[in-house]
Amino acid sequence: MSWEIVIGLECHVQLKTASKIFSPASTQFGAAPNTQAHMVDMALPGVLPVMNREAAACAIRFGLAVGGQIAHRSIFARKNYFYPDLPKGYQISQYETPAVSGGQVVISIDGRQRHIELTRAHLEEDAGKSIHEGIAAIPAGCSGIDLNRAGTPLLEIVSEPVMRSAKEAAAYARALHSLVTWIGICDGNLQEGSFRVDANVSVRPAGQQEFGTRCEIKNLNSFRFLERAIEIEAQRQIELIEDGGRVIQETRLYDPDAEQTRAMRSKEDAHDYRYFPDPDLPPLILEPAWIEEIQSQMPELPGAMRTRLAEQFSLSDYDALMVSATRATADYFFQALDAGRSLGVDPKAVANWIMGDVASSLNRDGLEFEQCRVSAVQLAGLIARIADGTVSNKIGREIFSSLWAGEFDSADAVISAKGLQQIQDTGLIAQLVDEVLAANPKMVEEFKGGKDKALNALVGQVMKKSQGKANPQQVTDLIRSKL
Amino acid sequence: MSAAITAFSDLSGLAAGLARRDFSAEELAQWTLDRLAADRTNSVLALQPEATLRQAKAAQQRLDAMRPEAAQRERPGFSLLGLPIAHKDIFVTRDWPTTAASKILQNYVSPFDATVVQRLAAAGMVCAGKLNCDEFAMGSGNTHSAFGPVKNPWDPLAVPGGSSGGSAAAVAAGHIPAATGTDTGGSIRQPSAMCGLTGIKPTYGRASRWGMIAYASSLDQAGPIARTALDCAVLLAAMCGFDAKDSTSLQLEEENFAAKINQPFAVGPADAPLSGLRVGMPKEFFADGLGAEVRSAVEQALTEFKRLGATLCEVSLPRTALSIPAYYVIAPAEASSNLSRFDGVRYGHRAAAPRDLLDLYCRSRAEGFGAEVKRRILIGTFVLSHGYYDAYYIQAQRVRRLVAQDFDAAFQGCDLIAGPVAPTVAWNIDQAASDPLQEYLADIYTLGVNLAGLPALSMPVGFGSGSSTGKLRPIGMQLIAPRLKESLLLKAAHHFQSATDWHRKTPEPFGAAQ
Repeated sequence: MSWEIVIGLECHVQLKTASKIFSPASTQFGAAPNTQAHMVDMALPGVLPVMNREAAACAIRFGLAVGGQIAHRSIFARKNYFYPDLPKGYQISQYETPAVSGGQVVISIDGRQRHIELTRAHLEEDAGKSIHEGIAAIPAGCSGIDLNRAGTPLLEIVSEPVMRSAKEAAAYARALHSLVTWIGICDGNLQEGSFRVDANVSVRPAGQQEFGTRCEIKNLNSFRFLERAIEIEAQRQIELIEDGGRVIQETRLYDPDAEQTRAMRSKEDAHDYRYFPDPDLPPLILEPAWIEEIQSQMPELPGAMRTRLAEQFSLSDYDALMVSATRATADYFFQALDAGRSLGVDPKAVANWIMGDVASSLNRDGLEFEQCRVSAVQLAGLIARIADGTVSNKIGREIFSSLWAGEFDSADAVISAKGLQQIQDTGLIAQLVDEVLAANPKMVEEFKGGKDKALNALVGQVMKKSQGKANPQQVTDLIRSKL
Repeated sequence: MSAAITAFSDLSGLAAGLARRDFSAEELAQWTLDRLAADRTNSVLALQPEATLRQAKAAQQRLDAMRPEAAQRERPGFSLLGLPIAHKDIFVTRDWPTTAASKILQNYVSPFDATVVQRLAAAGMVCAGKLNCDEFAMGSGNTHSAFGPVKNPWDPLAVPGGSSGGSAAAVAAGHIPAATGTDTGGSIRQPSAMCGLTGIKPTYGRASRWGMIAYASSLDQAGPIARTALDCAVLLAAMCGFDAKDSTSLQLEEENFAAKINQPFAVGPADAPLSGLRVGMPKEFFADGLGAEVRSAVEQALTEFKRLGATLCEVSLPRTALSIPAYYVIAPAEASSNLSRFDGVRYGHRAAAPRDLLDLYCRSRAEGFGAEVKRRILIGTFVLSHGYYDAYYIQAQRVRRLVAQDFDAAFQGCDLIAGPVAPTVAWNIDQAASDPLQEYLADIYTLGVNLAGLPALSMPVGFGSGSSTGKLRPIGMQLIAPRLKESLLLKAAHHFQSATDWHRKTPEPFGAAQ
């Protein structure tokens, strides 16, 4: 039987506000435990929450970016349960009325675009952290509580169950991650937990309309783990059903070392959260004038930028998609373009470099785009020297490596220090060609016999002799005319 | 002890004494501390004489820096500078422990002062200590305190009312001229009535709830308990005001409730200052459940209102009876969630040697909370549970809206509503624990005001017998006004008190060892 996998994601996006959602404490990551816990975060007797308008502004930005419905009036509810890292005994979260309903995120998969429908995006507060090991101050058998994270604003973004493969789910998560960092509401730091994903996974026989029973895999904090966890979970469910078993609705955890998902708690042990509107907080009112003001400050969104890249710079759809993949990539592209404008730098060449040597070098060194070792201005200078024929593409790549290594400040500095200018002297090149032809009579014969490969080999020999400084096109033309 | 200070003085009189230099703020503070230390009503939970005297000294320095006439300039109001007050133990304080009369918070000290505490301190008031109440303000007789019941100074067998019973008892006993209270379903008005005092609960949102340990957040309001409407007006003005730390705080101009308290309601004869005032009597408040003594005293007071120029009319609040079940769904629902933070993890009582996390939670809370608090947490948890939420909580919210609409409709035909505060005088302490339902039903005249968020005042209008001891127990009358019309409530009560002396009655010495 062939099976269809059905996936919906819930992404917890930590909002980039200076202070917490209901208290004035800082949201800075990494401080000593409990040094960023205001008495509101500690739930001391008598404290009250006050809504941080900046967090609401983030929800508006997101709503505008995905074309969702922004609720002019939404309600904070209390989700009641006991846990040591939940000081109040309830989490304040939007329940029945989220700040944003609907909207969509565009993803690209196998060169095709897909629109992933969103159910909702709602504001809520994060819990603290329970620390069970690794801290000397905590006696064995005890747990520590760090409330620095308690009250950090989150936007929980829930997709419709419209994804049909692990790869698609990962592409959506990446696109969403890119979008929330693009519009500046999240720092996107996966290691610090700024972007956490829960995946709802079910399987059903291909063609069946009803959904199968789903399991929720909690707290996936890398795209690779997300993809792998879904693959493994779907396979587990398929095998279970094929062996005559039945999937039970439960929450599971992914163990990347064991390459498996494990049951955490079943629906039967699920809490009755006893949601009710929080009487300490009036409804959140998002005035139309405020929404308009934020709209006027929105950056160009990836979709609009893709269209513009294609129309204004004649980039292919694929190139446009890659260049606008993240805000940092796009910024880099436009900076290089600005720097290279007077130097005759071609946008297509910039895009190629970004997708080529820049991307592979970042990847090799495990760096983010923000940490790129060759600046956009340096890259523009390099592309200009290729465009004006000072160096070949091949030499260009060597110069790039040299810039990446930090040996020189600019392409020009590399060229002059290493003497990499192309040989402009036609007589000198002709002399080298003659030498190569004389030394390789066999190849000459092969070429004359119709083998084009031999030509490439001869050109290669000349290039080698010129230490890469001859213009390959010029060499090719010369050999052809001489033979 | 200064001979010039007498028990049962009101704030206004003490303010004049301070201004005349009859006694100093420090002498007054010491006198008050001595009275509270010798209290026999069990109304006192915490005294910190050093902190009190430090505040008194600072107040006296401010008084000394003032010309004597400046201290009295605020007529008909007066300066609170140097006057003592004590706080219900629901307000958190830095310099006194705050327990909410619960074992779960025994010895807890807050790192900050409640806004109400801070505002009164900023006005120069000297905090004399913390007062007993029902545990987490849940109760109508102050019999549900982890630190024992409070006795009514008028009759030691009687409850003082609740939940602000310690506040009312300390003032009625003549220990202190005023105290703060909180009112979620009548907890300022009913003990004021049962102890022969004047108390006011303002419009929801007038007084900041920051630092007031929450019972039912959508109903809780702070207010003063004192001897006179004038004292209440001056205190209320100092307590209220917008507070950015409470999202339900109303953004209003600060209002001086005492400024026009002497003026007539409208232009009319000088001996009839309430001419033109239409006073509505809800027929549901005067129906069968009302005790004869209370009915008689309230009707006599209304006759006095008529003499002062007011006209009486009948109004209807048809959902009065429904306010009891609505309140006893909404308040416990909110309480069940508000009290979740008392879990033994970060502060307060923690069970010894817990086996695991669940055991820590269960035993800490089982040991820390009293029976009435547990009952309301259980009720609240039940009504919010999946499958019951719509039938109870949502339905109660509907009733709440209808109750508010009833008041709106009634105020179409009158300026103020008047009626009893409680069906009877204070009951006996030993009757209290027998039937919680009886205690809930006694709140029938006060709950609707909280559900609708309205301001209401209680003032003494007479006495009833109540018990076989022969001691008289006070009776109060309630005045209810439309939203934000506190000044009208206080003006009406002030004119009544200018013409009568129920508020000047004092109990036989019992409250303090003489």
